[in-house]
Amino acid sequence: MIVVDVTVNGRRYREEVEDRLLLSDFLRGRLGLTGTHVGCEHGVCGACTVLYEGAAARSCLLLAAQADGAEIVTVEGLARDGRLTPLQEAFHRRHALQCGFCTPGILLAATDFLARTPQPTRAEIEDLLSGHLCRCTGYTPIVDAIAEAAAAQAGAEGAGA
Amino acid sequence: MGRPLARLEDEALLRGRGRFLDDLDPFPDARHAAVVRSPYAHARILRVDAARALELPGVVGVLTGEDVAALSRPFPAGIDSPVPYYAAAHGTARYVGEPVAVVVARDRYLAEDAAELVEVEYEPLEPVLDALAAADTAACISDRAFAYGDVEGALAAADLVVRSRFSFPRWSCAPLECYAVVCSWDEATGSLTAWANFQGPFTLHSVAAAALGLPGSKLRLLTPPDSGGSFGIKSAVLAYVVLMGLASRALRVPVRWVEDRLEHLAGSSGATARVTDVEAGFTAEGELVALRYDVVEDVGAYLRAPEPATLYRMHGSLSGAYRVRNVAARNRVVLTNRCPSGLNRGFGGPQLYLALERTMSIAAGRLGLDPAELRRRNLIRADELPYTTPSGAIYDSGDYEACLDEALELARYEERVAEARAARAEGRLVGVGVACVVEPSVSNMGYVTLAEPAAARAGALPKSGNAEGCTISVSPLGGVTVHLPTTPQGQGHRTVAAQIVADRLGVEPHEVEVVTASDTALSPWTVASGNYSSRFSGVGAGAVALAAERLAAKIAAVRAHLGDESLSLRRVAGAVHWNPESLPPGMEPGLAVIAYYAAPNLAPPDEADRVASSAAHGFLADVAVVEVERETGRVRVLDYVTVHDAGTLLNPLLAEGQVRGGFAHGAGAALFERMAWDEEGNLLTGSFVDYLCPTAPDLPAVRIGHRETPSPFTPLGAKGLGEGTTMSAPAALANAIADAIGRDELEPPFTPPRVWELLQR
Repeated sequence: MIVVDVTVNGRRYREEVEDRLLLSDFLRGRLGLTGTHVGCEHGVCGACTVLYEGAAARSCLLLAAQADGAEIVTVEGLARDGRLTPLQEAFHRRHALQCGFCTPGILLAATDFLARTPQPTRAEIEDLLSGHLCRCTGYTPIVDAIAEAAAAQAGAEGAGA
Repeated sequence: MGRPLARLEDEALLRGRGRFLDDLDPFPDARHAAVVRSPYAHARILRVDAARALELPGVVGVLTGEDVAALSRPFPAGIDSPVPYYAAAHGTARYVGEPVAVVVARDRYLAEDAAELVEVEYEPLEPVLDALAAADTAACISDRAFAYGDVEGALAAADLVVRSRFSFPRWSCAPLECYAVVCSWDEATGSLTAWANFQGPFTLHSVAAAALGLPGSKLRLLTPPDSGGSFGIKSAVLAYVVLMGLASRALRVPVRWVEDRLEHLAGSSGATARVTDVEAGFTAEGELVALRYDVVEDVGAYLRAPEPATLYRMHGSLSGAYRVRNVAARNRVVLTNRCPSGLNRGFGGPQLYLALERTMSIAAGRLGLDPAELRRRNLIRADELPYTTPSGAIYDSGDYEACLDEALELARYEERVAEARAARAEGRLVGVGVACVVEPSVSNMGYVTLAEPAAARAGALPKSGNAEGCTISVSPLGGVTVHLPTTPQGQGHRTVAAQIVADRLGVEPHEVEVVTASDTALSPWTVASGNYSSRFSGVGAGAVALAAERLAAKIAAVRAHLGDESLSLRRVAGAVHWNPESLPPGMEPGLAVIAYYAAPNLAPPDEADRVASSAAHGFLADVAVVEVERETGRVRVLDYVTVHDAGTLLNPLLAEGQVRGGFAHGAGAALFERMAWDEEGNLLTGSFVDYLCPTAPDLPAVRIGHRETPSPFTPLGAKGLGEGTTMSAPAALANAIADAIGRDELEPPFTPPRVWELLQR
């Protein structure tokens, strides 16, 4: 057993874990953060993506023990003061989710992406999404939603400058 | 209703507060199960020894296939099969991935450790993997011939007869969430309470209860509020409800099982693989005068209910969108050593339309006609609707030719054809493909009885119809709650139901609570309940509308009696709940209604083997433009247009979502997806690295046109639209690829190596 000291969505947890426990299972089973979904457990589908030290990472390919000292954001930690982020709102407006199982992973990957790529092209958004599987939407509304959030973000920054 | 209202479901899902089954803990003392599965496609099981597994601390126990056989009965199915199907193998394993034993332990990690310690001794046997070769052996468990009109005569008189073979491989829904079951056997009452991410049809509840030897009332089945996609495949989770229910019963602990991706790809379900030989007769002018199908359907190792439904779901639509009156089919159902088949988006449609729509384009080429023009000459005309097909479907409404025209215009068809021709003259491989598809929705629960001859049907309980139930109640404070057992997995039923109810009660949609988590002990379900055959907009929404109208009528009667037509809903509810003395004389107390709605036009199959296989029929015309890379065989979809007439659109935003999602699944079948086995029956596609689903850069942004011709047969005029593009896309893309490379002998999926190999011939 290993003691893990980890900060998730701004809250600190100290937990004793088996060395083989996956980070995804730790977040879901131990911390009760069931918004992180497990779709394949081999790093292809992207549903379990979280922000790990600020960058998108697949929690099914990490061990909880590795996360000692890390800062993690899951989908439950995206909203600020209870309000959805512009990206989440764009997903709602654009009907970019149906079953919603892949959505948390895509939201976190896109959050990271938009922070690094403020004015992405459609091709860049599609390229980001190539690491995520969605079986419901055909992807087009997801691309639209991320593009809309990027435009809103650029507009807000322009207005602030 | 009719507005593109953004969904009420989204808020929770976007916050990570969805309630999928693995997020819930209905039995906190549940132990975790892992399944020991056969590594052989066909093998005798000589010995199962769990001694080492049982020694591991934390292991509760092991359930073997022998235990399953002793504690349960075979699952019943629509036709008798010589190979009984149990929830686990005993004696013989018949596909790679078949459950052989279940290990239950303190946690999942430990259960998997213990599963590896279960020793199973096998004697490998020769597997049956070639359904075509096996079609003339005892592996063929059903062989039926159907004839409507004079096919022989019409073929003999035809100017052109096109003969082709089409193979549709096994593919899968592959939802992002796999199966999950959490269940508890209650010794005191002899009943099983099981949570599962089941999607209907609830006919399968009876199948599971029969396997458990329980009356339906002793199998309480609950579905969670959210389900991570299904597209058909989660119908078969009930086999695991039985398996885990038996484990709970035998080991006397609640059991939790969450399937992993390898298990899902190996041992859940998949579409049927189908080989179709087509003979089609045409006049020189391009009139389709005869169609004959010879179909061999590979259903896998066991005939699992509702199979052989994939073969009969489209039976009324064998003639597609065309006026041809001479149609024949021979349907053979063959067992092979692969995972049993089941529901898969499109359900028989992709297989049928690949054969029919490829045949139309091949014929156009031989007749020197444009493929769109050939179709136009054969389409059922607007003034012929409602139209009864030779095999018994009643096509309700629409204007197929206008739909085709709109698709051709939206696609700039003539320009595209000219551009493709010019590109090919320069050595590029560009092609244009068309498909016209009638999309049935709301399946007749009786169509699968066609698998038995009329004489055999006459001796059995007739089956027909498709009904759904809905409950609406108003609380003493005026809050509205709807219970709807349509088990959605992302289609937005809650939003649409709220829109319908809000309209009729004069409230806002967000004020209506819609509960789609179902519970066989409490929900107003029928055998037809569930989420399949695109039935929601017909009977699901129909039941909601009916219940809302009855409730609105009662509210109006109370208002009239109290002499205030403008009395708020809250006041009405207050009066009914708190002051029943104030109600009109003879009025039933309470402010809740339960309503059932059944599609009106779904009779059992008749003596001539005709069946109205579905209640409503949409139509869509698609145009695909592709380019094939000569060097790699890679297919790029340059443009895809679909024009859809699905009757009245209940929510256009959600309708577009269904069309796009359906296309992605159909395009996946055409370009990427295939469950593959080697020559010994070993699964080659056990991960998402090997089973390729399309990703965002792989798919075009589909351009969608809508026409809205209300159905006269559904209460709101709406028809299903969740499967049409899954049916049309493989055919339209195949036609475009054939046009691009000038070859007719194509077999999906059109992956780069397969297309490249074709180009080398």
